[in-house]
Amino acid sequence: MSELHHKQLKTSFDIDWMLIFICWLIATTGTLGSLFFSEVMGLKPCVLCWYQRIFMYPLVVIFLVGLFPLDRTVFRYALPIAIVGLCFAAYHYLVYSGYIPENLQPCSEDASCAEINLELFGFITIPMMSILSYSAIILLLFMFRRRTQS
Amino acid sequence: MKKISFVVAAIALLLSVFAIATYLYNSQKAEQASANAQKNYSVLERDYSPTLGNKDAKVTIVEFFDPACGTCKAFSPFLKELMDAYPGKIRLVMRYLPLHQGSDEVVRYLEAAHQQNKFWEILDAAYETQSGWTRHHVVQPDEFARMLTYTDLDIDKAKQDVTDPVIAQRIQQDIADAKKLNVTKTPGFFVNGKPLVNFGFQQLLDLVNSEIISNYK
Repeated sequence: MSELHHKQLKTSFDIDWMLIFICWLIATTGTLGSLFFSEVMGLKPCVLCWYQRIFMYPLVVIFLVGLFPLDRTVFRYALPIAIVGLCFAAYHYLVYSGYIPENLQPCSEDASCAEINLELFGFITIPMMSILSYSAIILLLFMFRRRTQS
Repeated sequence: MKKISFVVAAIALLLSVFAIATYLYNSQKAEQASANAQKNYSVLERDYSPTLGNKDAKVTIVEFFDPACGTCKAFSPFLKELMDAYPGKIRLVMRYLPLHQGSDEVVRYLEAAHQQNKFWEILDAAYETQSGWTRHHVVQPDEFARMLTYTDLDIDKAKQDVTDPVIAQRIQQDIADAKKLNVTKTPGFFVNGKPLVNFGFQQLLDLVNSEIISNYK
């Protein structure tokens, strides 16, 4: 009986670990992907892109630390970062799709946040990928908390 | 322990995907750049462009440069060594691409010096004193003009010439040609029409060497 209980505990621990591992995978893919766009393809990140990067890059390290050993409080310190990132991503998406006008600024060499630089398969834009990544991380974190609280 | 190797494998996988994607993207870019340079071969040099070396040399290096650019300055002695290493076999053609703020004024002076047959001398002087007439990548034209008074240039004539529309037109032509050839950074090199895609001293040396070998058997 106690052996079965132990086994159940172990499986649930593995699933919890896997949730945070997937969070880390998303953050790392996002980090490498954004570096590919700027460093390899030479697309200049606009200001809003930079703010989203600022909140995505540390998640790579934070989730990795939370994985070894699995830290049940990772929710507490990863979630606020992901939420702030999601807010910037959502705002950027609205600027991008024209719902919020970008303030008129004198033309400069800096990249414009409203200019669409890249559309994968014709409809996937960079802010959209950013929103999806942050949302997935937030969702997984809530799933993690529900499982670890009960 | 199993989990650690799992994460290590994931890191290795992600990094290799990144490296392969970078390689594929760059080689595709290189192919496009070569095709584009071939298509626009005729605008690589103009009859007014300052030229150094044997005019019958079989290897021609075209450099799009900005006198305020630090990397252009760093390449200047390297190019001279290269030409000394293959005497009579390399011709160097300079094209203007003033990208720094205020650089266009310096470039006009260089073209004025070119008309006095002092282009190379003044270019060397410009590179040598570069830090004196640039502040945080912004050109100080007055400082540059002051520097010129210490050279052999006929400064009064040059000051008249810089307003000459012919000079402005040549610079505009160079900028337009750079655009056609997709040169967006300085220095931008072409060796016998082949663009230097992966930038660096060694890469330029390799490209020149391969052209020397195929043209001087």
